[in-house]
Amino acid sequence: MAGSNPNAKPMNLTLKVWRQKNRDAQGNIVDYQVRDISPDMSFLEMLDVLNEDLLRQGQEPVAFDHDCREGICGSCNLFINGRAHGPEPGTTTCQLHMRKFSDGDTITIEPWRAEAFPVNKDLSVDRSAFDRIIQAGGYVSVNTGGVPDANEIPIPKSIADQAFDAATCIGCGACVAACKNASAMLFVSAKVSQLALLPQGQVERKTRVENMIAQMDKEGFGACTNIGSCAAECPVGISLENIAILNREFLAAKATSNNLA
Amino acid sequence: MSWLSNALTSSIGRKIIMAVTGLFLCSFLVVHLVGNLQLFKNDGGAAFNIYSHFMGTNPIIRTLEFGLLFGFGFHIYEAFVLTGKNRKARGSQGYVANHIEQNSPWQSRNMGLLGTIILVFLLVHLYNFFYRARFGDLDPDINNNDDLYTLVVSSFHQWWYVLLYVLAQVALCYHLIHGFKSAFQSLGLTHRKYTPFVTYLGYAFSVLVCAGFAAMPLYFFFLQ
Amino acid sequence: MNLDAKIPEGPLAEKWDKHKFNVKLVNPANKRKYDVIVVGTGLAGASAAASLAELGYNVKAFSFHDSPRRAHSIAAQGGINAAKNYQNDGDSVHRLFYDTIKGGDYRAREANVYRLAQVSVNIIDQCVAQGVPFAREYGGLLANRSFGGAQVSRTFYARGQTGQQLLLGAYSALSRQIAYGKVKMYNRTEMLDLVIVDGQARGIITRNLITGEIQQHAAHAVVLATGGYGNVFYLSTNAKYSNATAAWRAHKKGALFANPCFTQIHPTCIPVSGDYQSKLTLMSESLRNDGRVWVPKTVEMAERLRRGEIHVSQIAEEDRDYFLERKYPAFGNLVPRDVASRNAKMMCDEGRGVGSSGLAVYLDFSEIIKRIGAEGVSQKYGNLFAMYEKITDEDPYKQPMRIYPAVHYTMGGLWVDYNLQTTVPGLYATGECNFSDHGANRLGASALMQGLADGYFVIPYTIGDYLAQTPPKPVTTEHPAFKEAEANVRTQIQKLMSINGTRTPDDFHKALGHIMWEKCGMARTAEGLKQAKAEIQQLRREFWSDLKVVGVNEELNQTLEKAARVADFIELGELMVDDAYNRNESCGGHFREEYQTPEGEALRDDENYAYVAAWEWRGDNQPEVLHKENLVFENVKLTQRSYK
Ligand SMILES: Cc1cc2nc3c(=O)[nH]c(=O)nc-3n(C[C@H](O)[C@H](O)[C@H](O)COP(=O)(O)OP(=O)(O)OC[C@H]3O[C@@H](n4cnc5c(N)ncnc54)[C@H](O)[C@@H]3O)c2cc1C
Ligand code: HEM
Ligand code: SF4
Ligand code: FES
Repeated sequence: MAGSNPNAKPMNLTLKVWRQKNRDAQGNIVDYQVRDISPDMSFLEMLDVLNEDLLRQGQEPVAFDHDCREGICGSCNLFINGRAHGPEPGTTTCQLHMRKFSDGDTITIEPWRAEAFPVNKDLSVDRSAFDRIIQAGGYVSVNTGGVPDANEIPIPKSIADQAFDAATCIGCGACVAACKNASAMLFVSAKVSQLALLPQGQVERKTRVENMIAQMDKEGFGACTNIGSCAAECPVGISLENIAILNREFLAAKATSNNLA
Repeated sequence: MSWLSNALTSSIGRKIIMAVTGLFLCSFLVVHLVGNLQLFKNDGGAAFNIYSHFMGTNPIIRTLEFGLLFGFGFHIYEAFVLTGKNRKARGSQGYVANHIEQNSPWQSRNMGLLGTIILVFLLVHLYNFFYRARFGDLDPDINNNDDLYTLVVSSFHQWWYVLLYVLAQVALCYHLIHGFKSAFQSLGLTHRKYTPFVTYLGYAFSVLVCAGFAAMPLYFFFLQ
Repeated sequence: MNLDAKIPEGPLAEKWDKHKFNVKLVNPANKRKYDVIVVGTGLAGASAAASLAELGYNVKAFSFHDSPRRAHSIAAQGGINAAKNYQNDGDSVHRLFYDTIKGGDYRAREANVYRLAQVSVNIIDQCVAQGVPFAREYGGLLANRSFGGAQVSRTFYARGQTGQQLLLGAYSALSRQIAYGKVKMYNRTEMLDLVIVDGQARGIITRNLITGEIQQHAAHAVVLATGGYGNVFYLSTNAKYSNATAAWRAHKKGALFANPCFTQIHPTCIPVSGDYQSKLTLMSESLRNDGRVWVPKTVEMAERLRRGEIHVSQIAEEDRDYFLERKYPAFGNLVPRDVASRNAKMMCDEGRGVGSSGLAVYLDFSEIIKRIGAEGVSQKYGNLFAMYEKITDEDPYKQPMRIYPAVHYTMGGLWVDYNLQTTVPGLYATGECNFSDHGANRLGASALMQGLADGYFVIPYTIGDYLAQTPPKPVTTEHPAFKEAEANVRTQIQKLMSINGTRTPDDFHKALGHIMWEKCGMARTAEGLKQAKAEIQQLRREFWSDLKVVGVNEELNQTLEKAARVADFIELGELMVDDAYNRNESCGGHFREEYQTPEGEALRDDENYAYVAAWEWRGDNQPEVLHKENLVFENVKLTQRSYK
């Protein structure tokens, strides 16, 4: 094995995993043992080991969402030992490695919890509320074709960088999961401030923020009380500054838009 | 005007009300504290009673009082609505293990609890001083003003009252350590250059104001 | 079967414009009478679905992901090419065309590639208009970087997350159409079969992954944008769920599969660390702009490194062999991917590989760190360096990265003509799902370009041509073909669930991946391929007799999903082996050891193999039939590729 840490010893762990058959079923925590876990494994590879064991024993594997395993698609979403995406800051579940744990540890694994994120099964939740918020206005309304040359819209590098920072949100939902209020403000603010900063976003600046916030409320997310758990747990470092920008955008839009509804 | 009510009942709208009323209450705290400092004047309460007489009779102050009432009213009402809404959003099934303390400061998560302590104190405080000053039967002092001073001093010699008062100030202090800067964030008043200053100011404000208030009962209980 | 690529007449540079003029149009009022199914909402699918809906068609879009934003396109790191020539360094549409044809080792169709180069410039305009935050210079204009196989800087990028930003742009355009009701989006819904009515693609059969419900969907045309099949190898840089099922089932319904053996092995990936490994992580090609690839000069030194007796920092400058710079002075570390990968393998085969397995070479940043400082390097590659450290626990600012080639991209795919139509009328394929533009090797930053070109700028024209010739009558799922297809899907699910053997889908998948990597990977031989075929056939028999799936169909059942995909991978794997065996030459990513120059470079056989190999399914356990589309090169001269 070409592991980066040849001296690290395999670990045995106890897992406490949330099992729930489907959306309407009652769930509960079930204990499992996994053995010979290499510290170089990723957290999800450790769960793969558990699932292969379960399957061989004729039991149903634990359902969980994942795909890229590179920290970019935003699929993976486990609440590990009381923390969204586990204990490592700036890290998605799939990028968490077992070397952060020790032999004999007990690890509690739960799905994201929020009224707006119902559980599909076991650790998989439904985050389609995020899509509906984007559908409410998280775009620039340009059709394909007929747009100006890309360099006709110069954008100062500092603004472009700031917009980029906001644009890196992977839509994982850790902010909602970690928040005491299950608020989606960090997620919404990332998109709103990206487009509010850029010249392309100006035309629909007011309606965008009004509509996205209306949808956010309709989905049943909580209101932000500026606790900051979201930004602390966000795997890509979306900052709280975006929420301030969102508040400002909302206030300005409500005060000056032509929208009477 | 449905746009206005829609705006103000949205989650951000409610937050804005919280922030505006919260900051308004902060300004009230300053006025209140400065006035109360008269207690420390070693004149047997004369200056303090003049001040409280002024506050109780001046028509402008009396009008502002309504503003204050509204401020508290809205702040408390929205606090309950938001806390309720947020609890619902969290969902019925909680986490089995949750280490939220590892990602956020305690006071920011317990604004409701802190606010409730303040509210309980406020009710006692209002009944004890405000109600009896305004509607009660206080004896006149040498200047023929109602002698609130004597009432205050005697209250401040009761241990349970002092304890409640000090506790409430600690709660208020924590409420403001989070609340002060949070209000700026809620209103979108942030800037890379100034926000660190606001945070710092919030700390200083919370500690100084609350220490100022707490100093009064302690001063009378232990030193007078 | 006559493979007509329907390449328009006329000079290369005018073909697309002429064709756009000649295609039939659907009048605006009639567009809403047509339904189009788009399967897949990655770059290729989301851009197509949004653009078609903007035109007025009713679109039904499908993805097995829980949101279109999670498609595998999100993971693309390095950038997207476009012939903008913003850098004034001599780029042009013709140069991009030429580089792509040459990079593809002369196994791509000229007309398609030229069109790709032409519309590349529109893509950048479109994305910027959507608010995609590309990297910029201080003056506010767009920045570029260079990529392998090109001597100009034409790659637009958004830090190391270009695919993410482009996909979020396409996703936003798609979301807008969903909000307008012009696109009906079906998330967590997997296409399991294609429905053909009277020889035309008229619908699909899907399974809802949460409820297990099997549904029929009808439309006037079907677009497949379901991505590549690199996961045949089990370990690849593709996302775990990327699979070939949609394309493969379409293939079994009559769509020819082209050049299946053309797979790209990417030179810079994080090496395998253990047998639990579930996927491989790419370190973007852009790193080769500044990173220098080397191994120790001697086997002895490499051995001592592997045993941990010396540390990499103890190897003196003169004891390092910067083999790419040495062998290819003109392109140096920026040779195309196939060349870089093969050379890394050669070094390891010689015994000069590093890391405890000996299956790695170094990618060294010490020089650039010295030149612009760690801060500057972090600006450029921060997220990649952080990812490397998370995975390996080694700090690339302090010691060189260890890298090794890994399966990354599949140039092969469903055969399509110039209109991106497959051999089944009404069935289109776009993005990595088709075979169209990259020949035997894809250049870096060209897949994003192709996916978006297909979706935004090609399919909206070419599908109109087809629809204009289809009566605007409503289509329904009445036809018995729907019932029959649904029954087949149900039978297959039933079969998978009832074997009740002992081995898991992953177990079979790993076994398949092992065969493919060893015998149909970076280097292939006729002998090895023969063995591979036998082994895969054996594996297939075991699969259908010893598979274990638990649970039920009517719930989220990830084991069942996996089993169905592995079944298709096994069949596709066999076809890849057949194709590799048939192609008695080396070209691009297809390296047959029997065919190489004395220096070990790929040796093409243009006389006999300048064709697209398109395979036709003839039924279970029947050999597939080969059809050839001869490639005609009128605008470039076929030469031995040289990057020296
Ligand atoms: C790590 C990595 C880095 C890369 N970096 C670059 C780069 O820098 N530049 C570059 O040009 N290219 C790059 N590529 C290649 C490029 O990202 C892909 O080729 C491209 O994104 C493919 O896009 P697509 O739309 O064709 O498919 P995908 O993005 O894979 O989308 C496939 C879609 O189809 C859906 N789907 C598939 N099957 C079904 C089914 N049966 N039913 C329903 N839905 C289905 C999926 O849900 C998904 O929505 C990279 C690739 C990898 C792996
Ligand atoms: C003198 C008294 C008070 C002052 C100066 C004060 C001040 C503030 C301030 C500045 C905020 C921050 C607003 C924001 O984040 O935007 C706040 C929040 C809050 N206050 Fe008060 N407050 C007082 C009394 C109370 C009382 C009596 C209650 C409750 C019964 C209360 C409950 C809350 C709650 C729950 C919040 C957090 C809500 C949120 O941030 O959305 N407060 N307060
Ligand atoms: S803001 Fe951060 S935590 Fe929230 S969805 Fe986006 S990436 Fe995830
Ligand atoms: S699996 Fe994609 S972010 Fe974790």
